[in-house]
Amino acid sequence: MINSIGREIPQSLPGYASLTPFGGAFALKPDNRRAGPRLCADMPHSDKRVKSIDAAIDACGLQDGMTISFHHHFRNGDFILNTVLEAIARKGIKGLTLAPSSLNDVNDAIIPLIENGTITAIETSGARGKLGKLLTSGKLAKPVLIRSHGGRARAIECGDLHIDVAFLGAPACDCYGNINGVEGKSACGSMGYAMIDAAFAEKVVAITDNLVPHPLFPISIPQTDVDFIVVVDSIGDPKGIASGALRISSDPRELLIAQYASSVIEYSGYFKQDFSFQLGSGGASLAAARFIREKMLAQKITGSFGVGGITTPFVDMLEEGLFKCLFDVQDFDQPSIQSIKRNPNHLEMSASYYANPHNRGPIVNMLDVVILSATEVDVDFNVNVITDSNGVIMGASGGHSDAAAGASLAIVVAPLLRGRLPMVLKKVNTVVTPGESVDVVVTERGVAVNPLRQDLKDNLRNSGVPIMEIEELRQLAVNLAGEPDSIPLSDEIVGLVEYRDGTIIDAIRRPL
Amino acid sequence: MKLRRSMMFVPGNNPGMLQNAGIYGADALIFDLEDSVSINEKDSARELVFQAISNIKYPSEIAIRINHIRTPFGRPDLAKILAAKPNLIRLPMTESAVEIQTVDAIITEAENRYKFAPGSIMMMAAVETAKGLLKAYEIASASPRMVALAIGGEDFVADLHTSRSKHGRELFVARSEILLAARAAGINAIDTVFSDVNDTEGFINEATAIKEMGFDGKSVVNPRQIQMVHDIFTPTAKEIDHAKKVLVAYEEALARKSGVISLNGKMIDLPIVARAERTLAYADAVGAGAGRVES
Repeated sequence: MINSIGREIPQSLPGYASLTPFGGAFALKPDNRRAGPRLCADMPHSDKRVKSIDAAIDACGLQDGMTISFHHHFRNGDFILNTVLEAIARKGIKGLTLAPSSLNDVNDAIIPLIENGTITAIETSGARGKLGKLLTSGKLAKPVLIRSHGGRARAIECGDLHIDVAFLGAPACDCYGNINGVEGKSACGSMGYAMIDAAFAEKVVAITDNLVPHPLFPISIPQTDVDFIVVVDSIGDPKGIASGALRISSDPRELLIAQYASSVIEYSGYFKQDFSFQLGSGGASLAAARFIREKMLAQKITGSFGVGGITTPFVDMLEEGLFKCLFDVQDFDQPSIQSIKRNPNHLEMSASYYANPHNRGPIVNMLDVVILSATEVDVDFNVNVITDSNGVIMGASGGHSDAAAGASLAIVVAPLLRGRLPMVLKKVNTVVTPGESVDVVVTERGVAVNPLRQDLKDNLRNSGVPIMEIEELRQLAVNLAGEPDSIPLSDEIVGLVEYRDGTIIDAIRRPL
Repeated sequence: MKLRRSMMFVPGNNPGMLQNAGIYGADALIFDLEDSVSINEKDSARELVFQAISNIKYPSEIAIRINHIRTPFGRPDLAKILAAKPNLIRLPMTESAVEIQTVDAIITEAENRYKFAPGSIMMMAAVETAKGLLKAYEIASASPRMVALAIGGEDFVADLHTSRSKHGRELFVARSEILLAARAAGINAIDTVFSDVNDTEGFINEATAIKEMGFDGKSVVNPRQIQMVHDIFTPTAKEIDHAKKVLVAYEEALARKSGVISLNGKMIDLPIVARAERTLAYADAVGAGAGRVES
């Protein structure tokens, strides 16, 4: 069947009960209810600690065919996912659905467990490296399901994604299960993605290398959600969890894109006192922070709130008083972790508060402006951030479609050419964010405004940025690099991209 | 008015840089076949630059820095590149008028062969030695193709047995001589590169100083330096305002048939009027509008 943006979606697929085609960013009106774990009763003064990960797996009653989850706050420094899965595999448990909030290069280590049938399904935000290649190869029994951060929170809350056991790495945990992410040698900052897993999983295991006396505070994940606690030597490599301060790029092309993006914001009509702002962590979007900051200072404008994965440039603006507060679902560098620990205006939020479209209002709904990166964009303004120019999974859906849908002004930044490959295409290989949510595409050679936004086009007339039609941008790229051949694809579907509301926006087909 | 505030060097052997060189708004791009290209890449860089200027529409003036014609690469550079009709040929390490005239003759021959308008390919020369500096005016005036004279600072200070400093005293004489020679020949004077791309303050100080000396522009090595040069070369709001007042006072005095012109108690004579006219023409050429606000 064909969805509303012209993408061919399968009617049924092995392992999937039913598929609903995407019908528009806000077309679907939910009519089901929140799900939740079974009630339980804990006896006073009980001890939640168990001796080992093995013991925790046994205590949870993990069986063949169940669904397990992890958070990705430790990014490439994560020890938990690989260690737990190896323990599960040793027990001979098979046919699991793995549902982490995302996967990183470090998780290439689980490939043998996919090949031996320990894991037969994956539902996540994205994957990279060898794992991304494997998922695209069709070796997984059930095609991989890609969800946005907001979409995952929605799926967990409504029961589309029912987690049997959540294994949560805890930088600090007390002996009755209160957790935060800001203390200890493996501090990661916000625990935003893990909060939903903790609240909705049938069983929750906290794994920590920093057990502290009760009560731990501040509390990110409360004792009321946690069943078992395991103490291990190390839950992650601090160097991989967070980098040093993420600095603004010195790449002149990224700076030029950032400069255009900030001029677009300045003239858009949304750049005014108390505007709210989200910033992607890619090179050009991060660099835009510098120019926006200069414009805010020059025009004496201060913002209301900042959102997102948080990085040093955003923290600096908070400390300068340029934003009143930051809502933080994930931290990318050490200064951000220190900030969320110390600054009361730097607020931790859950993935549901961030971006779930089916609650009573996520923070993205209050966003004025977001700058997002893209792998590819097409002439309908659809954005791909999941597959590369060979059709292989190498990125993550993240909060892309969530922020784009919520923001009044969604700016997508991308180089017009990567090497010799045009990035503005007739059709992107995989749609993650629909063109209706994207207002402006900014490249180093020109800026295109979505025809749905004539108002913006008018406002940007005197901005000094080179405004052109998106087709002109594509042509410019083709003139320089030639028309790229389309990626030869088989009919075999190896993945589905779920839109944040649970409908299917695109299918990923195995490249030939 | 032809602006040459920023002339950005681009290594001729780097396809990515050649592809994107035009997006940063430099007044001129200098595609380099000389120092930034190693000997074993001379031929491939020549071919790459030829293809780039033949196929990519650049919004800037295009100059090619060829290898010196005394080297085995200079003449092959010209033989290949002239067919693509660059705007400018830049000769490095120039020490005599003869070198300019030799290149001029090769260009003339190419213009005839390819049926380009006579004189459509221009030249500039870089003086980079003491010997060259002593011939600066002869070099600057050696051919009607000559539109600019540049100082190549790094080689020059090496030839003087010294090195570059932040205060720039070691280059003061050379810069002054280059400027005098260029002005006497009626062509542009272009300052040397500032190679520490992360020293923004040092760059701004140097660019401000050479602008005050009278230079028309500066060679740059990184796109991040372009906007800084352009800002410095943009007349300030105060300068534009003053120039306008000078011209009004001048017009009024003419109308009154008065021989003595004054503005705010200061006498205005013809050089001041000429400078005011130049300021306004320049502001117009750079699109300065009401001018730059001084910080």
